[in-house]
Amino acid sequence: MAVRERVTPEAGKLVDMSWDPITRIVGNLGIYTKIDFDNREVVTCKSTSSLFRGYSVFMKGKDPRDAHFITSRICGICGDNHAVCSCYAQQMAYGVKPPPLGEWIVNLGEAAEYIFDHIIFQDNLVFVDFCEEMVRATNPSVWQKAEKAEAPHAELHGYRTIGDIMRSYNPFTGETYKEALHMSRIGREMICLMEGRHVHPSTVYPGGVGTVATPTLFTDYLSRLLRCLDFIKKAVAMNDDVFDFFYEAMPGYEEVGRRRILLGCWGAFNNPDHVDYDYRNMNHWGNEMFVTPGVVVDGELVTHDLVDINLGIRILLGSSYYEDWANEETFVAQDPLGNPVDKRHPWNQTTIPRPQKRDLEGGNYSWVMSPRWYDKRTGDYLALDTGGGALARLWATALANKVDTPFVKATGQSVQISLPKTPNTPEQVIEWRIPQWSNAIERDRARIYFVAYSAGMALYFLDRAFTELRNGVTKVFEDFDVPDEAIGCGFHEAVRGVLSHHLVIRDRKIANYHPYPPTPWNGSPTDSYGTPGPYEDAVMGQPIFEEAGPDDFRGIDIMRAVRSFDPCLPCGVHMYLGKGKTLKTVHSPMFGQHG
Amino acid sequence: MTAEATTPSGVDEVHILWISEGMSCDGDSVSITAAGQPGIEDVALGAIPGLPKVNLHNKVLSPTLGGEEFLRPFRDAVNDRLDAPFVLVIEGSIPNEKINGDGYWTSFGNDEATGEPLTLNWWIDRLAPKAWGVVAIGTCATYGGIHAMAGNPTGCMGLADYLGWDFRSAGGLPVVNVPGCPVQPENFMETLTWLLYQAAGLAPTIPLDDQLRPQWLFGKTVHEGCDRAGYYEQGDFAHDYNSPKCQVKIGCWGPVVNCNVPKRGWMAGIGGCPNVGGICIGCTMPGFPDKFMPFMDAPPGGGLSSAIEGVYGPFIRKLRGITNKTMNKEPKWRHNRDALTTGYEPRWKN
Repeated sequence: MAVRERVTPEAGKLVDMSWDPITRIVGNLGIYTKIDFDNREVVTCKSTSSLFRGYSVFMKGKDPRDAHFITSRICGICGDNHAVCSCYAQQMAYGVKPPPLGEWIVNLGEAAEYIFDHIIFQDNLVFVDFCEEMVRATNPSVWQKAEKAEAPHAELHGYRTIGDIMRSYNPFTGETYKEALHMSRIGREMICLMEGRHVHPSTVYPGGVGTVATPTLFTDYLSRLLRCLDFIKKAVAMNDDVFDFFYEAMPGYEEVGRRRILLGCWGAFNNPDHVDYDYRNMNHWGNEMFVTPGVVVDGELVTHDLVDINLGIRILLGSSYYEDWANEETFVAQDPLGNPVDKRHPWNQTTIPRPQKRDLEGGNYSWVMSPRWYDKRTGDYLALDTGGGALARLWATALANKVDTPFVKATGQSVQISLPKTPNTPEQVIEWRIPQWSNAIERDRARIYFVAYSAGMALYFLDRAFTELRNGVTKVFEDFDVPDEAIGCGFHEAVRGVLSHHLVIRDRKIANYHPYPPTPWNGSPTDSYGTPGPYEDAVMGQPIFEEAGPDDFRGIDIMRAVRSFDPCLPCGVHMYLGKGKTLKTVHSPMFGQHG
Repeated sequence: MTAEATTPSGVDEVHILWISEGMSCDGDSVSITAAGQPGIEDVALGAIPGLPKVNLHNKVLSPTLGGEEFLRPFRDAVNDRLDAPFVLVIEGSIPNEKINGDGYWTSFGNDEATGEPLTLNWWIDRLAPKAWGVVAIGTCATYGGIHAMAGNPTGCMGLADYLGWDFRSAGGLPVVNVPGCPVQPENFMETLTWLLYQAAGLAPTIPLDDQLRPQWLFGKTVHEGCDRAGYYEQGDFAHDYNSPKCQVKIGCWGPVVNCNVPKRGWMAGIGGCPNVGGICIGCTMPGFPDKFMPFMDAPPGGGLSSAIEGVYGPFIRKLRGITNKTMNKEPKWRHNRDALTTGYEPRWKN
C-alpha cells in the first residue's frame, strides 16, 4: 500500500471548503475539508450526516413479520434490498425456506434493481462529473485533448472521439444521458413485475413472494432485459474509453479517491439449491450465492465465510450523537454455533440518540455511527468500504473463484460475463480484471461491469424460473409460524454495498433490530480509535487536479472521489462556500494512520 | 366574471422549491423520476402548453453544481428577493425540534452567519407563509408516515399537523396532500400539473377532500379498483400468498383504503399491490402504519364481511360457474357443414 507523503501546511494557508448537503437518499451528507492550494492537496476531511429517524428505536415491540415492510422505508432508492434482507433475517428466525421459484423471483427483482440503480447513478449523476460541460469548465486542457483523442472502442459504441462520448453525457441534452434515463425506467418496470412496486415492494414476504408466476410475467421481464442488454454492451465500452483516457490525460489521477484496499461484500442472490437459512449452515450456503461474500484486505481474500463476516462486525462510536450501550442488555451472548458475540455487535446494540451541537473540531459531528470489521489476525478495527458496491462484489467474487454459470464465471483473477446476441448487438464477452487500485475511477468502472454481471445473472435466473414453470411448479410462498424466541440475520448487497439486518425476537415481538446499510460503512465519521471513515480517508491527502484556484474552485476531484462510493442516488454535491474562505487560525491537522 | 374567467389572469413564471430534508427516505423524489404522464422533464422543460415557465429546484434533478448556487433561490425566497411566486414542496415528516436540546434531528444547509446547521423547521417557518402553494409529497409529509410511528424518538408529524390544518398559503390554498409510501409517480405529477394550471389562471381551485387529498385520485378505494375484487364478491379467498384470489383474509386492507394504485398500476400500468400479489397495507392513509399493523393478519371486520361473503358468495360463484361454462362454448353455428346457420339473410338467392 502506498502511503502518501504529507507536508504539514503553514498556518494561514489552509482554505476551508465545505459541501453540505451532499444529498444521500436517506438524508443529508456534508463534506468539510481544509485544502492546501499551494501544494494542491486536500489536507483534512470530515464526513457528517444530519438526519436521524430511529428505525432501531421504533422497531422494538413490533410484530417481527412487519419488519420488512417497515425497513424497506429506510431507503428510497434500494428499499427492495432492505425488504429482501429483512426477509432473509426473518426466514432464519422462523426456520422457513421459500420455494425455489420464490427465490428466483426475488433474484430477478434484485438483478433488475442493480441494473436500474447503477445505470441511473452512473450515467445520470456520476457522468455529469465527466461530461463535456464539466470537463470543459474544470479542466479546459483535458477537454482539448479529449476532442482530439480517438475512442478505442468506437466500433462498439459509435462515438469517434472521447469528446463525442463526453458530449453524450451532458445533462438533459446528451444522447447517453437521455437513453440512460429511459433504461432506468425500463429497469424499474422489471422490478415492478417481480416485486410489485419500486421502491417499496408489495409482493415480497418472509417465506417467499406473492407474485403470480405465469409465463407472461417472465416473458414481460425478458423482453425488457433484451433492450437493456443492447444498452449495456455499448455502455461498458464507453466507460472503459473515458476512464482510460483520464489516466492518460492526467498522470497521477489514480490518486483521486484512492485508499488502501479494504473491501467488504456480504454476497447477493441466494441459490435455492443450497440455501436453507439455517445459521449453522451459513458458511456453506453463503458460498453458493451468485455473488460471493468476502473481505478483501490489501488484495488478499481474508474470509469468504458469512459466519466470520457476521462475528467480525463492530459498531463503534467516537464522533456520533449517541450514548454508549456498554451497560445495556446483552441480547445474544452466543451465536447458534456457540461462538461468543461481542457487545459491540449489532445483535447486542442498543441505540440511544443524544442530539447535540455539531462540533467539527474534535467533538461529535454526525448522526452516523462507525461500523468496522474486526480483523482477528491483526486485532485491527478495519474501516471497510464497499467500493460503491460493485468494486467489492467483483473483487471478492473474482478471488473466491466460486461462481460458475453459463453467463457469469469467476476465474480467480477476473470475472467473465458472456452476453448473448440481442436485437441490436452481437454476442459479447466482457471481462472485469482485478485492478491495481481501489480508487475513484475503478469504483466507477466496476459499476457498469456489475450491471453487465446482473444482466447475465438475470438471464440465468429466468432460465431456471421458466424451467420450474414449464414443469408446472408454481408455488412461490411457504407458510411459517413465528416462534416465541429466535434470532436471525440477513446478509445481502444493497446497490451501493454491504447490507445486514440483525433481529432478536422475544415473546413473538421484536426485542432488538439493527439494520446496517452501506452508507454508514462508507460515510462514517472518525471512530473511537481515531480511524477516519472511508470518505474521509479517501479524500484526505488526495491531490487536486482542477485547474482553477481557490476563488473559482468547484471541487470536482473531491466530488468525483465522494461520488465514486455511490453515496445514494440523488447525490448532488452542493458547495456550501461558493468561494474559498481562508481560515484565520489553523491548527496542525491530525492525520489518520493511512490514506 | 365570465369574461375574467376565460382570460388567463395567473402568473407566467413559477419556482418550485423542493426540500426533501424531512424524516424521509427520499423515495418520493426517486419516484417522480419514474413518471411518464407527464414526465418531470416535460414540466421542467416547458413541453406542456399553458403552464407557466417552471424553475425546478430539486436536488435530484438540479443541474447546478454549487451549494450556494443551489441554495440561492431558497435563501432569496426567505429574504423576499425571489423574482416570481413559488410552490413549496416538502418531502418527509416534520420533526419536533423542541425536544432535542442543543441538537437537531435534520438540517438543510447551514446558517450563513454562524455556520450552524439550519433545521428543516426553520425553513418551513419562513417559506410556507410566503409560498403561493404548499404541497406535501408522500405519506411522511402528509400525515407523518413510518417515521412518526409509535415509539419514535423524533416526535415527527405531517406538514398540516405542523402548520395547522387551517393553514392557508399566500395563494389562499390549504396544504395540498399527495400521500403514498412512496407517492405513485403520476399521482404527484398530475397534482402538480393542476396546481400549475391553476397558478396560470387556467384551472379553478384544486378539489381536495377533508384530508386535503385531490378528490379525483383518492376518492375511491383500493378494493373498487382491484383486479381481485371479483373473488371477494364470490366469497373466494386466498389462504396464503400463493393464491391469485382475494387477499382480505391474509392481511389486505383494500376495502377501506383510499388509493387508486390497483387500477393505475405502479408505473406504465405495471405492478401495484393486491392486483399483483401484495396485500394493501394502507400506505396512503393518515392512520398508516400503526392502525394497519400487524400487516400480515386479517383486518378486524374483514372476518365478518368475508364470512357474509362466504355465505352468499359461493351461491353467486356457482351461478357464475354455470354461465362461465356456457360462455366457454363456441356458438353452435360455427361448423363446416354445407349449410349457413349464422342467421345471415342474404339479399340474393342462388
